[in-house]
Amino acid sequence: MQSLTNRSKVVSNKKMTFMERIYLPAIFGGMMITLGHFFRKKTTVQYPEVKRPFAPVYRGMHVLKRDENGAERCTACGLCAVACPAEAITMVAAERKPGEEKLYREEKYASTYEINMLRCIFCGDCEDACPKESIFLTDRIVPSDSFRDKFVYGKDLLVEPMEENKRIDISKRQTKEVLEFKKHKEFQHNRLK
Amino acid sequence: MLSYIIYKAILVVIVFSITLVAAMYSTYAERKIAGFLQDRLGPNRAGPFGILQPVADGVKMFMKEEMIPNVSNKFLFILGPSVAMFTSLMTGAVIPWGTSLTIAGHQYSLQVADVNIGILYLLGVTSVGVYGIMIGGWASNNKFALLGALRASSQMISYEVALGLSIIALIMTTGTLSIGEIAAQQHGWHWNILYQPLGFLIFIICAFAETNRAPFDLPECESELIGGYHTEYSSMKLGFYLFAEYTNMFISSAVIATLYFGGYNMPLLGRFVHDPNALVLLGTFFLFCKICFFIFLFMWVRWTLPRFRYDQLMNLGWKGLIPLAILNIAITGIVMWITGKIN
Repeated sequence: MQSLTNRSKVVSNKKMTFMERIYLPAIFGGMMITLGHFFRKKTTVQYPEVKRPFAPVYRGMHVLKRDENGAERCTACGLCAVACPAEAITMVAAERKPGEEKLYREEKYASTYEINMLRCIFCGDCEDACPKESIFLTDRIVPSDSFRDKFVYGKDLLVEPMEENKRIDISKRQTKEVLEFKKHKEFQHNRLK
Repeated sequence: MLSYIIYKAILVVIVFSITLVAAMYSTYAERKIAGFLQDRLGPNRAGPFGILQPVADGVKMFMKEEMIPNVSNKFLFILGPSVAMFTSLMTGAVIPWGTSLTIAGHQYSLQVADVNIGILYLLGVTSVGVYGIMIGGWASNNKFALLGALRASSQMISYEVALGLSIIALIMTTGTLSIGEIAAQQHGWHWNILYQPLGFLIFIICAFAETNRAPFDLPECESELIGGYHTEYSSMKLGFYLFAEYTNMFISSAVIATLYFGGYNMPLLGRFVHDPNALVLLGTFFLFCKICFFIFLFMWVRWTLPRFRYDQLMNLGWKGLIPLAILNIAITGIVMWITGKIN
């Protein structure tokens, strides 16, 4: 029968020759192979000291960005929660009071914003859905914990620090293709400078 | 008389502790070599290069919960690992670790007991070693343990035949049963491997089977028998079984080196070193080098070859090695008759 790929090997049940039957040459050959591996360069990465670099577009723990004045960009529109296929995001919206312009960029903001990291599948759809350039996935890893409720991350863990030097860098995920894609969205006024 | 007893006692303690330390570091070497053969690094966290790993393992073993199954026979359950450990440590007594040191006009032999039937003693003690496994496996009252014990005992009995037959050819050429004398006869280049290559091959294969090492590790195959005869064991009793295996490996390496690879003899050594005591100690050093090589060989083979199937194991033992060993005896006899070198 004609095979599809011509890669299949026909198994032969021929009787073994004497040299094959005494096994020793084959055993010796095998031992030479393992000895070759003995002197080969090891592939071990010594983890806590040496870390393998992440891909630049790695999708890890989320961050809620602030704008250049330190005000939260999120306006609690809920598009991320709608986009989320795992339904990991919940939020409660609140109205900005006079005098809070330094804290919140828009008139409406999220008073609570929670992501359940056990539900999250780190697909990045929230990032795509966000019209305010607020939520991003970063190259940080969600640490393990012994309690399930510790994995519901609130604003205390998600919003980046106010200080200019402690901001979370998300430029690595902003590849050329991503920026091109975002051009077509209707949020020109909100573009990161 | 008293000084003789003290000297023997000191020698016994030294041999005992060297055997234990060698077995201890064999566990480390096994893991390290396994790692290197698989392109990994092996344990390297406890101390520099993981050199304290055996200590950590020992502490771990002692800290584990001691479990004795309710349905087991408690006396036999404890007896099993004790016998295994006891017999594996007993064999070190007849190995000649060197010739004799001369201190203040007195000769001090480095062999604990030069029994004139040393080889028979070795065979006898290793046969008792089967009981450790058999008793432990039976006393656990567990199907897997019993299967492992059955496999172990039938395997060891089968391969002991070929082992004994391969040694008979060696005894024919050396003309003695004393291990000390066999070692002494191999002075210079007269290593027995050159006279008994086939016998050596049979002997080393049987030694692998006797120590339950891969590719003959059917008694304790993890995938089928969940550890075999030591399935029900925990804590230091399990440690004793594992330790006995490594001790056996060390002792068999010593026996192989002594019987076939000249023991403490090293050719050309006498030309460079003239102090007799230094020569003796260097001989002991070279014996340990040979032992280390054979331990490495044991591990090298383990991490290269897959396990035999049970019928293959029995075929190889009864239909392969035993006829071959008898043939070896016949060839040895004919050659000795022709050359007229009958002792």
